Amino acid sequence: MSHYLFILVGAVLVNNVVLVKMLGLCPFMGVSKKLETAYGMGAATTFVLTLATGASYIIDQYLLLPFGLEYLRALSFIVTIAAIVQLTEMVIAKTSPTLQQTLGIYLPLITTNCAVLGVPLLNIAGGHNFVESLLFGAGSAVGFSLVLILFAGIRERVECADVPVYFRGSAIAMVTAGLMALAFMGFAGLDKYQ
Amino acid sequence: MLNLFKFWGGIKPPSHKTESNQHPIGVAPLPSHLIVPLHQSIGGTPKPVVQAGDKVLKGQLIGEADGWISAAVHAPTSGTVREVAMHVRPHPSGLDSLCVVIDPDGRDEWIARTPLDLATTAPADVFAHLQRSGVVGLGGAGFPAHGKLTPAPNVPMDELIINGAECEPYITCDDLLMRERADEIIRGIALFRDLLQPKKVLIGIEDNKPEAVAAMTAAVAARGENFAVVAVPTRYPAGGAKQLIRVLTGKEVPGSMRSTAEMGVQVFNVATAYTAWRAVAHGEPVISRVVTLTGNVAEPRNYEVLIGTPMDELLKLARPHPDTNGILMGGPMMGFLVPNRQVPVVKTTNCLIAHSERLFPPKAPEMPCIRCGACATVCPHELQPFEMYWYARAKNFGKTQEYDIFDCIECGCCSYVCPSRIPLVQYFRFAKSEIWAREREKKAAEEAKARFEFKQFRDEREKAEKAEKLAKAAAAQAAKKAAEAAAAAAAPAGDAPATVAATDAPAPASAADADKAAKMATIQAAMERAKAQREAAQPKNIEALKPDQQRELAEIEARRQAAGIADAPASATQETKAE
Amino acid sequence: MDILTAIAIMALGAVVLGAALGFAAIKFKVEGDPLVEKIEAILPQTQCGQCGFPGCKPYAEAIAKGDVDINLCPPGGMEGVQRLADLLGREVKPLEAEEKPKQVAIIDENTCIGCTLCIQACPVDAIVGAAKQMHTIIAGQCTGCELCLPPCPVECIRMETIGETLDNWKWKYPVVGIKAVPLKDAA
Repeated sequence: MSHYLFILVGAVLVNNVVLVKMLGLCPFMGVSKKLETAYGMGAATTFVLTLATGASYIIDQYLLLPFGLEYLRALSFIVTIAAIVQLTEMVIAKTSPTLQQTLGIYLPLITTNCAVLGVPLLNIAGGHNFVESLLFGAGSAVGFSLVLILFAGIRERVECADVPVYFRGSAIAMVTAGLMALAFMGFAGLDKYQ
Repeated sequence: MLNLFKFWGGIKPPSHKTESNQHPIGVAPLPSHLIVPLHQSIGGTPKPVVQAGDKVLKGQLIGEADGWISAAVHAPTSGTVREVAMHVRPHPSGLDSLCVVIDPDGRDEWIARTPLDLATTAPADVFAHLQRSGVVGLGGAGFPAHGKLTPAPNVPMDELIINGAECEPYITCDDLLMRERADEIIRGIALFRDLLQPKKVLIGIEDNKPEAVAAMTAAVAARGENFAVVAVPTRYPAGGAKQLIRVLTGKEVPGSMRSTAEMGVQVFNVATAYTAWRAVAHGEPVISRVVTLTGNVAEPRNYEVLIGTPMDELLKLARPHPDTNGILMGGPMMGFLVPNRQVPVVKTTNCLIAHSERLFPPKAPEMPCIRCGACATVCPHELQPFEMYWYARAKNFGKTQEYDIFDCIECGCCSYVCPSRIPLVQYFRFAKSEIWAREREKKAAEEAKARFEFKQFRDEREKAEKAEKLAKAAAAQAAKKAAEAAAAAAAPAGDAPATVAATDAPAPASAADADKAAKMATIQAAMERAKAQREAAQPKNIEALKPDQQRELAEIEARRQAAGIADAPASATQETKAE
Repeated sequence: MDILTAIAIMALGAVVLGAALGFAAIKFKVEGDPLVEKIEAILPQTQCGQCGFPGCKPYAEAIAKGDVDINLCPPGGMEGVQRLADLLGREVKPLEAEEKPKQVAIIDENTCIGCTLCIQACPVDAIVGAAKQMHTIIAGQCTGCELCLPPCPVECIRMETIGETLDNWKWKYPVVGIKAVPLKDAA
């Protein structure tokens, strides 16, 4: 059982999808200006990513593999993800128009978020079963949300700070992200057990 | 002995009280002129009731209270009103406000004073009397006293607290007042007690004023009252209303609460009790107060000063040293440098400190915040000044409100201990006034929106009504035309049936005939009415005019004719004019 | 045969997903636009029409639709633009027109001929008067929109900047004056 825990912890902290695998950097930099939008984006991505890993696993196992259509993986995954993103967008538009407006272009862009496609593909490469796939997907999504929210919190404070003129905006954000990535390297080895 | 509580934080700055409390209260001589600002209390600005050149007597009303939360203003001495004009007020803004300037005649002649018979007066009349006498909180805020004396409707009044803490350094006016006029203060407190009906009366005095504590205790005993005179530990800001409530009762007043009366507590300054008693028992309005003159002066002392005395004249009594470069009104913690030295003493002026660089060396430059948290350990309201500062600096006012900036009493403890010498309080004041301004703007915008929407709605309605009227008129026109046509058709043959109807009315005519006749009659009547109305609507205003008016009218008509001719060529105008 | 299976499977997937999305589109249909209200709350409600729209609400609707820029409201000032940008996640742009201090209209009552044209022009009913009677402006209600200036046939209305009074006075941002400090003090 414990290896499920290690998959989860590994996905959240050790092999963090953003800071270690460097996937999904676009929304990480783009929607982290405010804590509120970061919460929304985190929730939306978590929803999409978890669902996408489950759906991809089912499609791969019961549709593509039996017919020997592995070469259609990328294509069929993208289509599935796109549909799920559309669904999410409709739900958000209904429940929180402001969130939809602030997430703006980044919401449809979850479709092409490399993390969302990358995680299902990594699942297959890792030979995970269905439960493992779901855990890995959920863990990656939680890891993504975690760093996104942490980063947004830092950026909100940095916004009020006296940043040297040439470092203002994206530059200081990049520096901060780099420092965060360094910090996350401290988790290396946490998922290895004797 | 009463069990005392503690408030969080606070500081112990050097008290500097012994300089000025060694001598009894002196009486300041009449100044060369008095500038009495009309707005001296929180609330509405009193309306001036005198004008330049008026003779006024000491204690005569010169500004009438404007609304419930407002207090009257009186002439501090007898003399002549020089002007009612804008003068700089002792306010950090340095802005002008309406003041009555009086040239004293030197006689210092009182107006007839009417004491109030408390035994036969209803509380409402006492409030009105206090308002008329201009009794306001003399501790610093200047809230009209009668406003605070009305008990909250649902909460029983537990404690009445009399604030004699006087926690700010340098200030000793309340100390001296308690030493010398304890009896009248106690009578004033008894008056407040009778109005508020509290269960307990507590008089809080900081324990660095043993003479005042002794005097007050003796006065309470002499009057046979059961007021508790409590010496509270000396720690700034123990004299803050919420801090004193905390120390004496253990109650914490939430920041959102507008009035402490809702907690069953009410706080008054000792000087307020004193002036209230003078107003009630002697009919003397608030025209003077005790002011501490101290700081960079040779003879620091307390003086009984007329409201409106220019500060520079007053400070001369204490013989300021030559390097004095400004006047601080209030204490060094919460006071401010007055915008110019000629500003007058007002009801809330408790202390004037001659400012010099020797006494208050200029602060070294502000350094970055190192988040040491020293400010949070001294904040008496348990706020986090470093966070509030962080966001106030970045003008992120929403966040400052999340950190409860409106609970800040601007006591200055945080600025006092800040190792980076950051003027924290100034940032908080800035943030607060910005937030208030924003609130005002928002309210104005909402009002404008409502008015705009109502105008649109009204325009729509008017349009609809007009359309309806037009439609009705058109319909009426059509009906009339139809009726006329019918009448015209019936006219040649109609005479006969009409006469028949008229003459043979008693006789049973055919139903159809009667019907037709009735219709005709109503139409006829309606037309008659319309005609009468038309006639009534004819302008009749010229007929009733007198002959000379008619002549005038004709002249005007002629002029208009001439102007009409002259309108076209410019030369013609000149010709007509030449004629 | 393989290629046919592939096509069939992809087509099946497309149909299933399409049906699901179609159903969701009906189920989660959004009615009205709550965003308009939030935008309108930021606009200053001067109803001046300087943005090119007849009032603040139409402008808010246009912004919500994404048709127009957020920098067309001079009375809102740069701060208004900033707040709109924050709400909508858009770029802050410099204001189109010049930012003016808050103003109030004043009627020169000696010149006024009582034509009522300004009363009709005022969007917030801040002018009182009647035909052939002198008009005056309720200063507290005036939004300073200047819409009453053009209709006046005798040009008796002027705009005045609202000065600082004790009621609207604000504490200033603490500015630290930079001055030379003698060395011994610094040490």
